[in-house]
Amino acid sequence: MSTSPQAQTGKPSLWARHKIFETNSILLILGILIVVSIGGLVEIAPLFYLRSTIEKVEGMRPYTPLELAGRAIYVREGCYNCHSQMIRPLRDEIERYGHFSLAAESMYDKPFQWGSKRTGPDLARVGGKYSDAWQLQHLNAPRSLVPQSIMPGYPFLATTELDVNRIAQEMRVNRMSGVPYTDEMIANAVTDLRAQVDPDHPQADAFQKRYPKAASRDFDGNPQRITEADAMIAYLQMLGTLVDFKKYDNKANLR
Amino acid sequence: MTNPNHTAHEPDFDAVTGQSTTGHSWDGIRELNTPLPRWWLWTFYVTILWSIGYWLVYPAWPLISSHTTGLFGYSSRAAVAVEVQALEQRRDQQAAGLKTASLEEIKASPDMLRVALARGKASFAENCVGCHGQGGTGAPSYPNLTDDDWIWGGALKDIEATIQHGIRWTQNADTRMGEMLAFGRQGMLKKDEIEQVVDFVRSLAKLDTAKGANLAAGKTLYDANCASCHGEAGKGNREVGAPDLTDAIWLYGSSREAMIESVHNGRAGIMPAWASRLDPVTIKALTVYVHSLGGGQ
Repeated sequence: MSTSPQAQTGKPSLWARHKIFETNSILLILGILIVVSIGGLVEIAPLFYLRSTIEKVEGMRPYTPLELAGRAIYVREGCYNCHSQMIRPLRDEIERYGHFSLAAESMYDKPFQWGSKRTGPDLARVGGKYSDAWQLQHLNAPRSLVPQSIMPGYPFLATTELDVNRIAQEMRVNRMSGVPYTDEMIANAVTDLRAQVDPDHPQADAFQKRYPKAASRDFDGNPQRITEADAMIAYLQMLGTLVDFKKYDNKANLR
Repeated sequence: MTNPNHTAHEPDFDAVTGQSTTGHSWDGIRELNTPLPRWWLWTFYVTILWSIGYWLVYPAWPLISSHTTGLFGYSSRAAVAVEVQALEQRRDQQAAGLKTASLEEIKASPDMLRVALARGKASFAENCVGCHGQGGTGAPSYPNLTDDDWIWGGALKDIEATIQHGIRWTQNADTRMGEMLAFGRQGMLKKDEIEQVVDFVRSLAKLDTAKGANLAAGKTLYDANCASCHGEAGKGNREVGAPDLTDAIWLYGSSREAMIESVHNGRAGIMPAWASRLDPVTIKALTVYVHSLGGGQ
């Protein structure tokens, strides 16, 4: 607030050095960055090493290539702007949506889709709540099923061929950030993607072995093509269904 | 990099306000060194003290492999578990019998019925309206629940089984399975045969038929292909989910095109199994609620 006495005696103290920052904007910005990042480090960094951050659960597996492609479309279309994927530990949310979300459930989400806006309902456990045909019709024309909905239609998903060429690359990027995709999974990315929409695919068994319990069927009701709707519905139908809550120890994961 | 307009001055006093200055001067404009208001400063100190209390009481500081848990071991997950349990208890008090009572007993007891209907209504609004619509009036390909035209049966236990296990929901072992074959796509009926059988079915339902339709040929085809599920008189069979073809209720529309499509490609509407999502009492409440919508049998 005031200059310390030393400043007048010719031997400037550390407190008097603020003039350096006040007259040099670059230094000031650097100083702010350092101070702010200390706060960030204290709050965020422990989450990366604390053993208790991610619960021990059974059933989590990385996304299948088709689901991962669907997830990319989810992000591309900005679904997170209106839909959260985070059931908070609050009574009313548990009543409506089911068990609160666990950190483990989004450990393979890069980046997570928790969201903070609920213009539409939370989707963290939407998997298995509706039929594929419902999801397709709802994506095509939401108001044909929910008259009061303000969700825009996405009819182009069902008519757009899914671009499968980037999927292996996308899995590689996910692996770089910690998703345990194996070399085998990446090498078979496109085959696995095709096997998931066709239960009679010759590689269907190998696919099931790589991604246990993954749902395999023609999601968009059009067996001739693999569309973006196939990927999107495959993704929506697995949301929140992986963790086996019968084996989940609630008491061990209080926080 | 010194600002040429900025010359350091010794702190001095401003004659007008009587306040000391910081000694900074920009283009001759000096900066008053007005102290922060007392009340503000003290509020600030109190918030610092408050935060220390907060650290002590709530989980706060990260340690090597865990974190401080606070004096009372608070956790949001434990807190919500207590709340959910309290809710369960309150529900038990309202209608303790709901857990053990049979569907008929619930229906017969005004007290239990009132609670079950309220609970069923709430759950219906969250879980069922997406397909069956507000009030259960349905949509094309999603059955209306307010009429008495049931595909899989409208008795309490039928409705409960449908809700529990779903329809063609293959993840559930006890799901209701019935198959309307794709007679055209799978090559069992030719195009003109499909039209004949559709015309015959339309005559059963008293809908208009094509001019000069060969109803006798349609009946022969119907008897050979359709009667095993839909019955000789077209009254349907709830055991296999074959709908009544003689009434005015058509799940996929009563136009000739829609019916030809049904015979050509088959139909296989899917309903999720709710036993894995909802608890048994909620399913009971839903059953009673749906049964009460108008068509319960």
